[in-house]
Amino acid sequence: MTTQKNLSLPDRIWKFFASVTLAIILIAALALTSIVGTIIEQNAGYEKNIKVLSTFVGEGLAPAAYRIFDAMGFMNMYHSWWFLTLLSLFALNLTICSIDRLPRIWKLVTDPMIPLKENVLRNLAIRKEFTVSASLETAQSATEQVLKGHGFAFNTAPEDGGGTQVFGQKGGYSRLGVYVVHGSILVIFVGSIIGGIFGFKGGLNLPEGATSDVVYLYGSGSQVPLGFEVKCNWYETEFYGSSDQPKLFKSELSVIENGQEILRKWIRVNDPLVYKGVTFYQSSYGPISSPEDGYFVFTANTPGVENETIWAKKNQPFQIPGTDIFATVVDFSPALGTNRQTGQLYTYTSSMNNPAVKMVFTREGKETLKPGWIWKRWPQTGKLTDEITLDFTHYWGAQFTGLQVRKDPGVWLVYLGCTLMSIALFVAFFMSHRKVWVRIESDRKQTRVLLGASASKNRHSFEKAVDKMVSELTVKSEGGNS
Amino acid sequence: MSSSDLFNISTFAYIAAMVAYIAYLVFRKNGIGYTATGITILGFLGQTAAIIVRWQESFVQWMRFSPDTSFLLAISRSAPLRNLYESLVFFIWSMIVIYLVIEFVYKNRSLGAFVTPIAGLALAFIEMSGMSKDISPLVPALQSNWLIAHVLISFFGYGAFGVSYATANMHLILETDDKKSPSYLFWAVTFAAFIWCIFIMLAKLSLYPPVMGADGREIPVQPPVSFWIGGAVVYAVLLGLVWRLGLSLKKVFRFFALSTDILDDITYKAIAVGFPLLSLGIITGAIWADSAWGTYWSWDPKETWSLITWFVYALYLHSRLMRGWKGRKTAVLALIGFISVIFTYLGVNLLLSGLHSYGGG
Repeated sequence: MTTQKNLSLPDRIWKFFASVTLAIILIAALALTSIVGTIIEQNAGYEKNIKVLSTFVGEGLAPAAYRIFDAMGFMNMYHSWWFLTLLSLFALNLTICSIDRLPRIWKLVTDPMIPLKENVLRNLAIRKEFTVSASLETAQSATEQVLKGHGFAFNTAPEDGGGTQVFGQKGGYSRLGVYVVHGSILVIFVGSIIGGIFGFKGGLNLPEGATSDVVYLYGSGSQVPLGFEVKCNWYETEFYGSSDQPKLFKSELSVIENGQEILRKWIRVNDPLVYKGVTFYQSSYGPISSPEDGYFVFTANTPGVENETIWAKKNQPFQIPGTDIFATVVDFSPALGTNRQTGQLYTYTSSMNNPAVKMVFTREGKETLKPGWIWKRWPQTGKLTDEITLDFTHYWGAQFTGLQVRKDPGVWLVYLGCTLMSIALFVAFFMSHRKVWVRIESDRKQTRVLLGASASKNRHSFEKAVDKMVSELTVKSEGGNS
Repeated sequence: MSSSDLFNISTFAYIAAMVAYIAYLVFRKNGIGYTATGITILGFLGQTAAIIVRWQESFVQWMRFSPDTSFLLAISRSAPLRNLYESLVFFIWSMIVIYLVIEFVYKNRSLGAFVTPIAGLALAFIEMSGMSKDISPLVPALQSNWLIAHVLISFFGYGAFGVSYATANMHLILETDDKKSPSYLFWAVTFAAFIWCIFIMLAKLSLYPPVMGADGREIPVQPPVSFWIGGAVVYAVLLGLVWRLGLSLKKVFRFFALSTDILDDITYKAIAVGFPLLSLGIITGAIWADSAWGTYWSWDPKETWSLITWFVYALYLHSRLMRGWKGRKTAVLALIGFISVIFTYLGVNLLLSGLHSYGGG
C-alpha cells in the first residue's frame, strides 16, 4: 500500500483494471441494471411499457417515467451505449486481471518442486508420521511406486541426516482452470461481436411455390440479398391424434443458384437448412389471405388405379381416374368442425387445422353419388363407394412457411467458448494442484516416514487420498520385507 | 400403482422422515438416525418410481402418436420434464438426491430435519394445488435433446443452490443475537418471502389457472387486485411469525452441534457444485434456442434472470475466494443467489409475464 503513491499513471490504471473490487462492482452493476430490462419490455413500443410503468408509478406519472427511461436507453437497454460500455469494461477487467495474475500462477504450475526441511514439512496442513518395518531402500521404492500409482510426477533427493526425501505433485494445470473460464467468456464476447457486425437476423414468409432471393431484417425490415434463391416446395403441419395441437411443422425447401436446384431439404423446428453460412429455421406458418392460385391435391384409388395424384382448382371439374365420374370442389374450409348442439358444420378457425373440401360429383352431366365434405385428417370421408376412394391430401399454395433466417459467422466461436467454459469450470472447481513430500529415514531397525501434503483446494478429499496412500505404502514396504 | 399413489407415499415418507430426523436430534440414538435415513430413501424410491411410471405413461402416449420413432428417441421425447408440475417434482427429487449425498459425505443428519419437510410439504402442495397434471404432448419447439439436457442440468443446479440456501439461512440465524440487527431482518424478510412465493404461486395456480392459447402455449391469467391485497396480508403475518420465532431456532441448531464453519463449508461446496451446473444449464439452453430459432441469446426475461443468478453466484465466489469474505457477508450473498434462482424459475413466469402484454389475454 505504501508504494501506491509512487506508481506511475499507467501502472495505476493497470492496477485499477486488474482489481477484484472493480470486478465485483461491475458484476453487481450488470446484474442490477439487467433487472430493469426484464421489467420494461424491450423494443415493445410506447403503449405496452406505459402500462407496465403505470403499475409501478401510477398512470399520472407513467408518461414522465417513460420519457426518463427512454432517454436513458432502457427501452432497448441491452444494446444501449452504457450497457455495452459496462460489458466492455467487464471484458477489459477480465483480460487485465487475468494477465496480471497469470505470471504468478504460471510460476506455481511450472516451478520445479524442492525438498522441504523437516520443520516446514511439519507445518503443512496434511501430515502423517509413522514407521514401517522395512529397510530405507524398500520404503523409498515403495513410496515411489505409490506416488507413481497415484499419478504424481516425483523426484528424490538425499537428506542431510542420511535419509531421503521423495516429493511429487500433480494437477498443477488445474490452477489455470479459472483463467480458461475467464478466457472463454472473452471468446464468447468476440464470437457475438463478430456475429453482430458481419451477420444478420431476419425473417421470410414464403408461400408454397414461391421463391425469394432476399430476407427482411428484424427491426428495420430492410432487405438483405441472399446471393441465391430459396423456394418453398411444400408446407405441412402434423397434429397430435385428433387434437388441434401441432406435433410437427415442416417445409420442403430448395436452394436455387443460377436457375439450378443445388439442394433440397425438409426442415422442421430444431432441424434447419444451412447453405453458404445462412441458416433457415422453421419458425411459424400461416394461411395466405387470398389463395386463388391454390390447388387441391387428391389421391385416387379406383379399380385399376393405384394412388394417382390429382391437382384440381376450385369449381373446375376433373375426372376421377379409372371411372367416368367427374368431381368438382365447390367449397373449402380451413377448419371444419361440427357444432355439438346443433350438429351443424362450421369453420372454427382461420388457420388450417382441419381442412375439408365440399365435393359434387357428376356422371354424363347428371349428379351422381352424394355431394359432401372430404376431410384431410379424416381419410374415411374420402371413401365414396366400396371401390372408389378420393383422399383429400393437401391444399397446395394456401399457406406460407415462416422462416427465421440467420447468418452468424461468429457462432462457432461462441460454441468454442461454451465448450471451453464447460471443461474449465469442471477443472477449476473439482480438480486441484496436489503436492506431497515424503521424508524417509532409518530409525534403528525400522524406517520412519514423515509425509506432508498440500492441495490448492478440496483438502478434505485429498486427505482421504493421502490416507489411502499411507496404507498402500505400509503394505508395499512391509510386504516387500517379509 | 398409479404415479399419484406413489407420489402420496413419498409425501408421507418425507414427512415421517422429518419426524424421525427431529426425534434423532432430540434423542441422539443412532438407530433413530438410520430409520430417518431409511424412510427418506424409501420416499425417494417412491418418488423415483412415480416419475418412472409417469415417464412410461407418456412413452406409451408418444408411441401412439408417433409409432415410427426409435426407442431411444421416444424415451427422450417422453421425459417427464415438460410442464410446471413435472419440473417441480423433479426439482424436489434432485434436492433429495443432493441432500442424501451431503448426509453421506458429511455424516451429519441434522440438515435432514429441514430438507425433508420442505420436500414433503412441497409435494403435498403440488398435489393439492390443482395445477395441470395432464401428460401433454410436446409442442414442436420442445422436441429437442438439448432441452432435456438443459432441464436436467438446471434442476440439479437448483437443487444444489436450494441446499446452500438452507445452510446460509441457518448460518445467519446462528450468527445473530439481536432481532433488530440488519442481517436478522434480512433473513426474516427473505425467508418469509420465500415461503410466501411458494404459497402465492400455488394459490394463484389453483384459483386462476392459466388458459391454453390457440398455439398450444399456456397463457397465464392475471388475478384481481384483491388477490394481491390478500397476498400482502398473508406476507405480513408470515413475516411476523418468522421474525418472532426465528431466534428460537438457534437453540435447536446449537443442539445439533452445527457450527458456522460447517455451515459455511457446506454452503460453499453446494455453490461450487451448483455454479458449474448453472453455467452448463445456461449453455445447453442457449444451444437449444440456437437450434430451434437461430438465436443463442435474445435477452428475454428468463435468459436474463438466469444470467443475473449467474452474476450473483459469481460475486459470491469472487468475494469469498479472492477477497476472503466469510461468514455473514457471503451467507447474505448465498441467500440473494437463491432468491434469484427462484425468481428465474417461477417469478419470471408468474410476475413478469403478468406484467407484459403476452400475459394479459
